[in-house]
Amino acid sequence: MKNHLTALAVIGSLSTAPAMAQNLDIKITNLTNAIHFTPFLVAAHDSSSHLFIEGSAASTSLQAMAEGGDISGLSTDIQATGGNVVENPAAGLLAPGANASFMLMSNDGNTKLSLTAMMLPTNDGFVGVDSIDVPTAKGTYTYYLNGYDAGTEANDELITGGGAPGIAGIPADPGANAGTGGTGVAMIDSNSMIHIHRGNLGDSNTTGGTSDLDSSVHRWLNPIAELIIRVN
Amino acid sequence: MKRSIKFAAIATALSSALLLQGCNDNNPQRSFNVEVTNLSNHQPFAPVAAVLHKSGYNGFSLGAMASDGLELLAEGGDPSAFIAEAAVDNKVINSASGIGIIAPGNNEVIKVQGISPKPRLSLAGMLVNTNDGFIGLDDVDISELGIGESLLLYANVYDAGTEVNTEAAADVPGQNGEGMNAARGDRDFIAVHPGVVTAEDGLTTSALDASHRFNNPGARIVITRLQAPNK
Repeated sequence: MKNHLTALAVIGSLSTAPAMAQNLDIKITNLTNAIHFTPFLVAAHDSSSHLFIEGSAASTSLQAMAEGGDISGLSTDIQATGGNVVENPAAGLLAPGANASFMLMSNDGNTKLSLTAMMLPTNDGFVGVDSIDVPTAKGTYTYYLNGYDAGTEANDELITGGGAPGIAGIPADPGANAGTGGTGVAMIDSNSMIHIHRGNLGDSNTTGGTSDLDSSVHRWLNPIAELIIRVN
Repeated sequence: MKRSIKFAAIATALSSALLLQGCNDNNPQRSFNVEVTNLSNHQPFAPVAAVLHKSGYNGFSLGAMASDGLELLAEGGDPSAFIAEAAVDNKVINSASGIGIIAPGNNEVIKVQGISPKPRLSLAGMLVNTNDGFIGLDDVDISELGIGESLLLYANVYDAGTEVNTEAAADVPGQNGEGMNAARGDRDFIAVHPGVVTAEDGLTTSALDASHRFNNPGARIVITRLQAPNK
């Protein structure tokens, strides 16, 4: 048996999960061409808790994750409401094409699963999913995840090392494909709520132009990650 | 029970409703029409290869290297080596290729059939105005379709990772450029396609214009189980 579900609202109606403790085998694969993911936070939690909500403002902890890859705040927040977490299952960056497999143990009542990780190089882009139902029937469940924009930082596409919340710029390009000398792409987000990322623009000028990113390398289309949950 | 749901609420309604009625008959002969509709604006599909198989065959796997057959399909639009690889895989039941280009907005119905009580389907076809982009479905379980029932899926556009996305005329078959080149010039794993960078995006060496841009999904796939040809 194999279930194919995307991480969209339609999932909620398909299965009603009983509140029971579970061990979940999880595998995450980076489907992008050249975007690295910073350490993931993966959480099982109750139905009233969230790491993020589409169309809502980012929490300070979400902002710290999306702008600088720091998951400590989100992890503390979700554990404070009784969530179970796995931090950094890839033991560092998850490179394009690479995957990480790990186990998440969920307590009674933690019927929802969420995860986040920053996308590099972006200003405040992250891969994530909010509150999918933890599957309970034996089987393999596949979800495809989208890239979000936290809405907290202008997408200037300049590699400045800036990763602290509120500091402009992109911390780094781990793939070392970025250029320098850009003048800056966008100075402000039109949508300051969490929204689907419009993608990197980039340019083909490695020493100037508006963006430090390469339009032939650093763009992406959704989905950007595959999430497989196996219930044994 | 199996559910296959992609991208849209309409798919949920169609497939879950239909599959709940999954037919349980003992005739192992299975026959399917696979209708492929090109949802792109200006990316004709090269002939699409459809493979009917058991669990254990993967024509391609996201994050993994492309086979030589997939490389030829994705760079040059020729599905023959992809089909030939399937033919020697003992998990493959049968395969079929489309007979020609599927223009944007058009569709083609490809029929595949064979003896298998637990059939799965994979398919792939090149977007000809790319370096190595293809629409694909990987290992879809179609075993619970009853006779006359259909499954609606949406296929994403993937990048074979075997050729750098120059979008230059010399490298894009749809622009009369080179098709297959056996050199593995790119990152050499299969990813979701990042989209094409066109001259209107500021890439002056790109032969493409804004009309060639695309997004996911790239194709609409309707798989319909037919009455078995013989009992």
